[in-house]
Amino acid sequence: MADLTTTYLGLQLKNPLVASASPLSEKVETVCELEEAGIAALVMYSLFEEQIIHESLELDHYLDYGAESFAEALTYLPQIGRYSIGPESYLQHLSRVKKAVTIPVIGSLNGVSTGGWIDYARKIEDAGADALELNIYYLPFDPKIVSAELEGTYTALVSNVKAKIKIPLAIKISPFFTGMANVCRRLVEAGADGLVLFNRFYQPDFDLEELEIVPNLTLSTSQELRMPLRWISLLYGRVKTDFALTTGIHTAEDVLKAMMAGANVAMLASELLKHGPRRAVEILTNIRQWMDGHDYESIHQMRGSMSAQAMHEPYALRRSNYIKVLNSFKYLP
Amino acid sequence: MKRQMVTIDGNEAAASVAHRINEVCAIYPITPSSTMGEFADEWSALKHKNIWGTVPLVIEMQSEGGAAGAVHGALQTGALTTTFTASQGLLLMIPNMFKIAGELTSTVFQVSARTVATHALSIFGDHSDVMAVRQCGWGMLASGSVQEAHDMAVIAQVASLEARVPFLHFFDGFRTSHEVNKIEQLTDDDLRLMIDDDLVRAHRARALSPDRPVIRGTAQNPDVFFQARETVNPYYEACPAIVQKTMDKYAKLTGRAYHLFDYIGAPDAKRVLVIMASGGETAEATVKHLAERGEKVGVLRVRLYRPFSVKHFIAALPKTVKSIAVLDRTKEPGAIGEPLYTDIVNALVEGCKLENSSLKPANLPTVIGGRYGLSSKEFTPAMVKAVFDELAKPEPKNHFTIGITDDVTHTSLEYDPTFSVEHPETIRCVFFGLGADGTVGANKNSIKIIGEETDNNAQGYFVYDSKKSGSMTISHLRFGPKPIQAPYLITPHTANFVAIHQFNFLERFDILKYAQPGAVFLLNSIYAPEEVWHHLPREVQEDIIKKQLKFYVINAYDVAQKAGMGERINTIMQTCFFAISGVLPRDQAIKQIKKTIKKTYGKRGEAVVKKNYKAVDQSLANLHEVKVPEKAASSLTRRLPVPVQAPEFVRDILGPMIAFEGDSLPVSALPKDGTFPTGTTQWEKRNIALEIPVWEPDLCIQCGKCVFVCPHAVIRHKVYDTSLLKNTPATFKHLESKFKEFPGMAYTVQVAPEDCTGCSLCVEACPAKDKSQVGRKALNMAAQPPLREAEAANWDFFLSLPELDRALVNPGTVKNSQLLEPLFEFSGACSGCGETPYVKLVSQLFGERAIIANATGCSSIFGGNLPTTPWSFNKDGRGPAWSNSLFEDNAEFGLGFRLTLDKHNEYAGELLVQFVNELGQDLVDGLLNADQSTEAGITGQRERVEILKKKLAQSNDPRAKNLVSVADALVKKSVWIIGGDGWAYDIGYGGLDHVLASGRNVNVLVLDTEVYSNTGGQASKATPRAAVAKFAAQGKGLPKKDLGLIAMAYGYVYVARVAMGASDQHTLRAFLEAEAYDGPSLIIAYSHCIAHGIDMVKGLEQQKLAVQSGMWPLYRYDPRLAATGKNPLVIEFKQPSIPVDQYMYNETRYRMLVQSDEQRAELLLKESRQDVRKRWQFYSQMAAMHFGEKKE
Repeated sequence: MADLTTTYLGLQLKNPLVASASPLSEKVETVCELEEAGIAALVMYSLFEEQIIHESLELDHYLDYGAESFAEALTYLPQIGRYSIGPESYLQHLSRVKKAVTIPVIGSLNGVSTGGWIDYARKIEDAGADALELNIYYLPFDPKIVSAELEGTYTALVSNVKAKIKIPLAIKISPFFTGMANVCRRLVEAGADGLVLFNRFYQPDFDLEELEIVPNLTLSTSQELRMPLRWISLLYGRVKTDFALTTGIHTAEDVLKAMMAGANVAMLASELLKHGPRRAVEILTNIRQWMDGHDYESIHQMRGSMSAQAMHEPYALRRSNYIKVLNSFKYLP
Repeated sequence: MKRQMVTIDGNEAAASVAHRINEVCAIYPITPSSTMGEFADEWSALKHKNIWGTVPLVIEMQSEGGAAGAVHGALQTGALTTTFTASQGLLLMIPNMFKIAGELTSTVFQVSARTVATHALSIFGDHSDVMAVRQCGWGMLASGSVQEAHDMAVIAQVASLEARVPFLHFFDGFRTSHEVNKIEQLTDDDLRLMIDDDLVRAHRARALSPDRPVIRGTAQNPDVFFQARETVNPYYEACPAIVQKTMDKYAKLTGRAYHLFDYIGAPDAKRVLVIMASGGETAEATVKHLAERGEKVGVLRVRLYRPFSVKHFIAALPKTVKSIAVLDRTKEPGAIGEPLYTDIVNALVEGCKLENSSLKPANLPTVIGGRYGLSSKEFTPAMVKAVFDELAKPEPKNHFTIGITDDVTHTSLEYDPTFSVEHPETIRCVFFGLGADGTVGANKNSIKIIGEETDNNAQGYFVYDSKKSGSMTISHLRFGPKPIQAPYLITPHTANFVAIHQFNFLERFDILKYAQPGAVFLLNSIYAPEEVWHHLPREVQEDIIKKQLKFYVINAYDVAQKAGMGERINTIMQTCFFAISGVLPRDQAIKQIKKTIKKTYGKRGEAVVKKNYKAVDQSLANLHEVKVPEKAASSLTRRLPVPVQAPEFVRDILGPMIAFEGDSLPVSALPKDGTFPTGTTQWEKRNIALEIPVWEPDLCIQCGKCVFVCPHAVIRHKVYDTSLLKNTPATFKHLESKFKEFPGMAYTVQVAPEDCTGCSLCVEACPAKDKSQVGRKALNMAAQPPLREAEAANWDFFLSLPELDRALVNPGTVKNSQLLEPLFEFSGACSGCGETPYVKLVSQLFGERAIIANATGCSSIFGGNLPTTPWSFNKDGRGPAWSNSLFEDNAEFGLGFRLTLDKHNEYAGELLVQFVNELGQDLVDGLLNADQSTEAGITGQRERVEILKKKLAQSNDPRAKNLVSVADALVKKSVWIIGGDGWAYDIGYGGLDHVLASGRNVNVLVLDTEVYSNTGGQASKATPRAAVAKFAAQGKGLPKKDLGLIAMAYGYVYVARVAMGASDQHTLRAFLEAEAYDGPSLIIAYSHCIAHGIDMVKGLEQQKLAVQSGMWPLYRYDPRLAATGKNPLVIEFKQPSIPVDQYMYNETRYRMLVQSDEQRAELLLKESRQDVRKRWQFYSQMAAMHFGEKKE
């Protein structure tokens, strides 16, 4: 039978299926189901910089709102012994999850500034995480910010976080960089033990009747696999680090493609949210069947087998043979 | 265990003992005692145990009457039980108090004594409540200070257990209950040493139990009742000695010695003052001062008022006494004198008969009685001295008053306000803050720092104003090496330190009068140190120069903004205070401030602590001393409290009250029976909005939604004749009317810039967006100061435009309804209040013929709290007549209005037919058969009544005179019974139910905030499941009571549940239908509230989410439909379309449960989802039921 084991961030994994940061990790029971279904590791849902700072500021604001202004109502809400604000409940939950399963649990921090919130990297480590995924999400809408400055912010943040922890650190980024390969190299130089490609943005929508911007959450599809697939293929071997492919993993085929591109693991959430944790069983079975059917011995064997460096026609990946593609589209009769 | 020195207020001091020595607490909120119950509830929620190792069970009841019943029951079954209350609350307990005493039951009620409402409600302190229960047979023990409130709480309990007489332990509301002072806190071991557990077990052994059955509470007849009543005498006779024995035991334990009557002063005093509670502290300090200077004066402080021990009283009184003044903090009109006075007179007479008494009838001292301190009126050493001076006169005035000027019956004594007994080493500081800026909280922390981190004694007392938005707070802080015995405010010209945290207070109030010469003056100023002088009013400049004040400024708003503190300047001003005052070395002070910040805010998260630290660190660099010029040269002067053109009463009576000078008004200035003119808020231009809405006519669609939702009636729209546009102010805006009923006319939306609170609900409600720039609406907020002058002129012009004839306006649409003049305006409610828009709507639709009964609560406070009140009148002088009776009786009170109207209407009809000859058949028929279902019909009837009055004006027939006196009842009146959920769901529910059942034509409006908002957010039965509230600190575990469904069960009550933010049209329709229905109507209105912990700007949005999530179903139940074969229930909401958590977790009241107990939050969320599902199923099925005749 094919060997599905892999390594990621120095962690030994029984297969390349990793549950990515999503509501899947909000309940201990779901995490246990994921483990039972064969998921090899879990990335916790993200602890946001905003959550760490703003949740407590918000609580502070509302507990004092209108207080000490009117003689009959010096406060409006009761005093409660202690609050478990964002980070605290996250850490407690992480700790509970870690105790409940044997698979590696990767903590997740999401933010962009280098403020005091990054102390939570250490706290996540202390809570028992086997590794940390740092999700850097910044919209560079300020026309005055130049690329170098922005990239500098990223690398500074990575080295600051790396300095706080002993566990491995993965960096999750968006695909929107001018010098993608260079940025990836610098992130690794700054301390990243792995790169997670790519962050998926939830783009808001417009409500034409109300003329308002509305949040719009849609799950990913297999089509979205292409971009991270292509970039991991291009970067594999050029940037010496582990790769996790995230966004667009829905089937065994998607996972196999990710491996062949050079990823150490394939991360998925939408598929599991849609069909439940047991879907992992099917995917793993299908992977095994495909590998057996095609005489692959191990994941290790196929990793990077279709990366740019391994391909005889890397041009097809780099220029993406887009002229050919454009010309190949035909309206159906 | 070592005792700790703690700096707490009187309520906490009493509650901390009561909670530790009881097993059950049955509570109900009432100011100023509410926080005692809140403490007990919170401590039990935190699993704090009593001295026997178990957590006391705390239950909130539906009223004080209910609390007393529960206490009685718990006592009868053997639990050590207590309650906390005041004022009317205590009065509601009277029947049970008689029972508890009659059954010789041991208990202590902790009471922060408060004024009982008479001509007006007052939340402040006096003894009218405790004196009203002195006949119940309870022991009454008075405390005068925070330490005493702590001490007496246990002394009362111990004595009660032994004596079997129940005890009332009372202390002065606000003055003691809310004063923060440094006290020695009793340990659990102290309490264990005081309480004899055998007595506790004896209390249990007397309990009702089926294991040893007895019957208690029999009905007795003339044969034995009397004798049985006399059986208790030995217990009352023994009680004083037991109390003294307990006090002696306590003195041994703590070193603090009390006596039933404590005498302080010259041993050979000739003049003695007798007084109870906090006034005794002032009197004691004054007597010490005078006696040290050789005056033969003394004070006898009454600790145990009931049972009154003549023996102990006479023993405590110096034998040299020649004259006695007894001071009562209550008024008993018609009595020979006030209660303590009459008791003392009696005691002296009876004292003559005591064995070996030195008192003889022939040489009894002269006794005079006087009243002081009603409703927390200040009582100062100057007043004490005036009483002693009066006693020195050959014929001192009896039944005097002190502290006021009585120019009507001339009872008042003159006093010299400059007389002071304060120790020269005591430092006095006053701080004027804005309610929202955190000043009071910071000062409470400062007092704790000084009290607990230095050897100084410290005292803090806080004064709040009568408005809920833009309110001013005044903090009075004293500290120094000597004990502070000064339960009165810092008096003018005596403060060492004056801080003003809001610059514009200088324009409005004479604040520097507090400063003594050479004092420090700290000002929060947006102006730099070198320019601030030129922005000060001239009077302020003159005071600074004359008093040679050391003047410091800081731009605290700037520091706060940079530190991320928003408008909260508390820690910044606190840091400056410590830096300038020198009470602690700077470094030590900053260390302590930071320590307190960590303690206060630590549990809210690191980010909160850090921003406060940052504010502290940046304060000193921004603190500057101002070089004071030698001359005052400002052209600015302080503003008058009301404009000169205001009516005389407003100018001369309300004006001084607005300027915080109301103490200077004499008795003759005030109405005798509590009757005040309406429409007075319009004269108090508070200018509290930083930003106001600005109208963009090019975008406006004239929908009137902004006017509809405005909580303060500061944005209005009008349709008027274009000919009136000739002399408009320069910036006055207008459009052509788009109203189909009023073509060719002009239209304007106008804002009252000086009355607006800047809540921006109007902007939120505005649906008109710029198609090229959707962020721009037909209303947008802009800074007020640059707009103020021009918009004030526009507002005046707008008001001068005539209102439309009501008969021409069809109020059935939102836009048209808002053309009706609001007769409820500029209230002091919270900015963005969710209640006031509904109240205002009543005033618009029915105001000129409405009579309103208002339950005590937020709506009675913003509706009737002086100095100025919002209920108004129109150009014809007609408008809502308004009154507040009590909290619990509002439905019945309003029903009384209806009964009068119905009776007078009937009587007028009976008389009318007797005057057919004089009035003519047509007029009589017209009056009797008028159709008053429309505005035109009502106007016609009014005209007929005027004709009737004219025709009968000259008649000498007594029947004609009677007819004229009741003829107004022939015009349709609209009775509105308004109150909050605390009233309707809880304390007033029984009455409300009866009134609805009566079938009478009354309209009940429940402003449902789902908590007791006015007393600070305690849970009511309207509180929804999963919400955290006071008394439900662990999140309410049961669902909201469905008041509407209960009312529907009658079948003949009109019921509607509305939420303005979810559907304005449904709301409007419900109000119109309710009023038109000739029977009882109930409207339950979702009122977003500051107590929900929401951004009030998003209040309307929350209403929408409440409906969409199914938490707040919208419906109307109209019994008239059933009569036509239709289902009376029309539901106006769809199947829940969003999850309940999308609504709930926008609000801190729900979110804080997730933060404090995630598992419980999850459970309650799940149950809330089920509630919503069940409710939807139930209502949708009910609305689908067939109501027509069954066809055979």
